[in-house]
Amino acid sequence: MKLRSTIQFAAAAFALALLAFAAPPAVSADKVDPVADEKAFKKFFYDKFPKLKPEDFVNGPYSMDADLYKQWQDKEQFPPYEFSLELGKEMFSKPFKNGKTYGDCFPNNGIGIRQDYPTFDEKEGKVITLELALNRCREANGEPAFSYVRDEMAALTAYMAFTSRGKPFNIKVPNDPRALAAYENGKEYFYTRRGQLNFSCATCHVQSPGEKVRTEVLAPALGIVNAMPIYRSEWNGMGTTSRRFTTCNSQIRGVPLTPQDDEYRNVEYYLSYVSNGLPISGPGARP
Amino acid sequence: MASTIRVRATSSGETTEVQALIQHPMDSGFIKDSKGELIPPHFIQQLTFEYNGKPVFTADWGGGVSKDPYVKFAFKGGKKGDELKVSWVDNKGATDTTTAKIQ
Amino acid sequence: MRITTLTSIAVLLLLGATSALAAGEDDYKAAYAAAEAANKQAASLRNQWTTTASMLAAAKKFADGGDFDKATASAKEAEALAKASIFQATSEKERWRDLEIR
Repeated sequence: MKLRSTIQFAAAAFALALLAFAAPPAVSADKVDPVADEKAFKKFFYDKFPKLKPEDFVNGPYSMDADLYKQWQDKEQFPPYEFSLELGKEMFSKPFKNGKTYGDCFPNNGIGIRQDYPTFDEKEGKVITLELALNRCREANGEPAFSYVRDEMAALTAYMAFTSRGKPFNIKVPNDPRALAAYENGKEYFYTRRGQLNFSCATCHVQSPGEKVRTEVLAPALGIVNAMPIYRSEWNGMGTTSRRFTTCNSQIRGVPLTPQDDEYRNVEYYLSYVSNGLPISGPGARP
Repeated sequence: MASTIRVRATSSGETTEVQALIQHPMDSGFIKDSKGELIPPHFIQQLTFEYNGKPVFTADWGGGVSKDPYVKFAFKGGKKGDELKVSWVDNKGATDTTTAKIQ
Repeated sequence: MRITTLTSIAVLLLLGATSALAAGEDDYKAAYAAAEAANKQAASLRNQWTTTASMLAAAKKFADGGDFDKATASAKEAEALAKASIFQATSEKERWRDLEIR
């Protein structure tokens, strides 16, 4: 009974939305211009929060609420991600059975390189995220892949982010039609409404940052991936970027895609690119 | 395995401020896992901070304390360079101890 | 375009409203298959709803218990939900550009 009224409500909402957009805006797929996007994206957030410095955005909700900020500063003396960080460091330096290490899979032995991911692989024609690169590294060395949403992956990425703290995001979209298509697809995924609640990522993180959903302050999309992975008090544990994306989807009553599906890789690519120049702050702690 | 206890104690001359973070699941015994089965209770029952062989802070905990608990308190006395001993014991009889120098 | 979408909304509303007829196992099977097919189409559009999945599971549970009235009703709900998700995926195909920061 309850559900039926939900459907009817949803249908009515669609009808209303349709009426509102009766005159089709007829936006054609114009040229993909990441540079202009980045500029507009930042300007939107800088205008919306004139008091914040650019580097404040990587601290998410803490920059939006004075009380939260104070609690966070206390918490950062003994950050809840510390155990995960330590585990990550231990895992990262421990050799695989074949004697190689994670460091062998990455430039500069994997230290201080978080800000370069996701990167576009010209050979494969696809976006490679850090989480994906880590699992490929494991598989290339005869180790089973980790779950993208669980603690091991969070610990490894936490350590790698920690070695890159303060380094500005440096994501490149090469002038390759496949890279531009991946970028555009990520942008489309970010702005497209989905799930029974009819939300897009942008509904919360562009239209409503600083507002509350229940007791949580919504983080701005600008700088949101800089803090990954995060210790969420709500989760009682660590979460990877993959975990964040999949739970975002299920919270709006959409069935999540499989972690590291093309869409998720592309949306991480897009979000990281438009946050270029802002410092890596991961691992982060969030309420 | 690294210690489950992180502790930092700083003396201001008269008092010593202590902060500690302990890694522990703190399962209350009332939570179900993804298969719908109860996770058995597993929590720290007693946490003790000792200075000069005398307890300065004792906590009797139960299942209502959150995972990876954080504690902050201050006590009178305590000198820079002295040692503070921290230990906990949980309901399964497991225990861990560490010492920290007061800074 | 607009007229067809409005009609499809009317169909959705009707689907929600007609469920009081006595149903047998065959009705249930047909309704379930239709719901599954629609949900598959939603999957190909990368836009399934969690509520569709729970409604399908509920239908199966009622059917296992022999209550084909409720099972059929749930399967029809599931189909309506799946169709709504397909409608959403289709109608939002280009509309995301209205939200975009430029």
